Amino acid sequence: MKAGTHLERVLESGKFAVTAEAGPPKGTSAEVMQKKAELLRHCCDAVNVTDNQTAIVRMSSLAGCMLLKQRGVEPVMQMVVRDRNRLAIQADVLGAVALGIGNILCLSGDHQKFGNHPTARGVFDIDSIQLIQTLKKMRDEKKFLSGEDISGEVPVFIGAAANPFADPFEFRVRRLAKKVKAGADFIQTQAVYDITKFAKWMEMASDRGLDKQVHILAGVIPIRSAGMARYMRDYVPGVSVPDEVVTRMEKAENAKEEGVRIILDIVEQLKEMPGVHGIHIMAVGWEDIVPDMVEKAGLMPRPVA
Amino acid sequence: MKTITEQKPAEEITQYLEKCQKVYLIGCGTCATLCHTGGKSEVLEMKDKLEASGKKVTGWMVIPTACDELTKYALQEEAKNIKAADCILAMTCAVGVQTISLHLKESKPVYPALNTLFLGMEESPGHFMEVCLQCGSCVLGRTAAICPLVRCSKSLLNGPCGGSVGGKCEVSPDIPCAWQLIYDRLAEMGRLDEMEEIEPVKDWSVSVSGGPRKADVEAECTSTS
Repeated sequence: MKAGTHLERVLESGKFAVTAEAGPPKGTSAEVMQKKAELLRHCCDAVNVTDNQTAIVRMSSLAGCMLLKQRGVEPVMQMVVRDRNRLAIQADVLGAVALGIGNILCLSGDHQKFGNHPTARGVFDIDSIQLIQTLKKMRDEKKFLSGEDISGEVPVFIGAAANPFADPFEFRVRRLAKKVKAGADFIQTQAVYDITKFAKWMEMASDRGLDKQVHILAGVIPIRSAGMARYMRDYVPGVSVPDEVVTRMEKAENAKEEGVRIILDIVEQLKEMPGVHGIHIMAVGWEDIVPDMVEKAGLMPRPVA
Repeated sequence: MKTITEQKPAEEITQYLEKCQKVYLIGCGTCATLCHTGGKSEVLEMKDKLEASGKKVTGWMVIPTACDELTKYALQEEAKNIKAADCILAMTCAVGVQTISLHLKESKPVYPALNTLFLGMEESPGHFMEVCLQCGSCVLGRTAAICPLVRCSKSLLNGPCGGSVGGKCEVSPDIPCAWQLIYDRLAEMGRLDEMEEIEPVKDWSVSVSGGPRKADVEAECTSTS
């Protein structure tokens, strides 16, 4: 065990993992996170807390993680390199570990242009792959990036993102290999709608033996309306929504139910796909659908591990 | 390589000049002339505008290259007209503004009329693009001679983020993804394996984070005979 977190134990035991996402509020309410904790407690193995997602200022990921943890939900702390330099990043890692947070997901972060402070200076002192390396060095060598010693252990289970739907497609498996080489223990992917493309990417990853070196959790985002499907297809960079998904949503009598059915069909295929070790549900602003979805996907009860 | 400039919004210039009745104008014969932001015709246009708004222009000149130390002599030659002004409006890049300020005999405000944007590479006649951050530790040898620090919107050093689609950056369809360009060029040369090498964290101490940088080189006009 590298960090001994619940998520790590579930994955290492070979069980199909379920993680979800909880976005912190644009404000100071602890209750928002506590409610999400109650909602997601029994249906997931760990819950990601986003870090100024889409470059919009929210309660910090570290604080959000702590609020989940106090309610008995294991957090995954998301960390973007957009907002902090190497000093601030390492300081937050020490703080997180001291507070008992053991899963950290390393991300570049959406560009600040998309957020509510578009004139901000993007930090990008280090990139997401270098962040993975930094965490590995802190954990395995007990050293800071600078080479100086850290007092105490840094048990972290290191996560990274992968987007099989971005370009150049042929490079996406190489980028995954880079993240594995840098020290990633688990991967959470961009939302899968285009299952054919995803299967191709998984096959290429498996051919290189990467599925044996890292736990891959496939991302899913339940769609609430035909409008959301169209928006994701046309405007969200790096998300690939096939036209047939949009058509299914447009023809549906009950869009929300159809949206869940679409995701359940996808999850069914993901469960059978070699190398996929779990799913990561990003039900942005629709967290209350998650328990029902996990139940219907036949993934309940969650392991005690 | 040229320093690319653009004129500041008129309101900002007006604000600077609020307390100045008499203005001396300086343009630059090199980059600002090329950018049509501080050449002779722009300086004369500014002169007309200022005079139309009730200001007095005590004089003007276009220094051949405002950023070199010969600016000192140009300022000396025009000392009388400069002395008569309440301030100088410099239609030069930021280096020109500071060179003028450095060599001014008397203490007098020097206001920039331009914003200094970047060091431009001329892609096609009259079209410039930013291709170098002047980071102080060049990575081009490992990135197929395309700089990701300035051409990738997130300055990523280890390949494209998840927002690269169809060769475009997620920030704008007008921005080509630097890493797609690097990928294509390396693929052409059969060197894609190099992209799997992990580029280590950057040493920003040799860049802007290390404090102002200096260089001593043999001056062109110093005789060594």
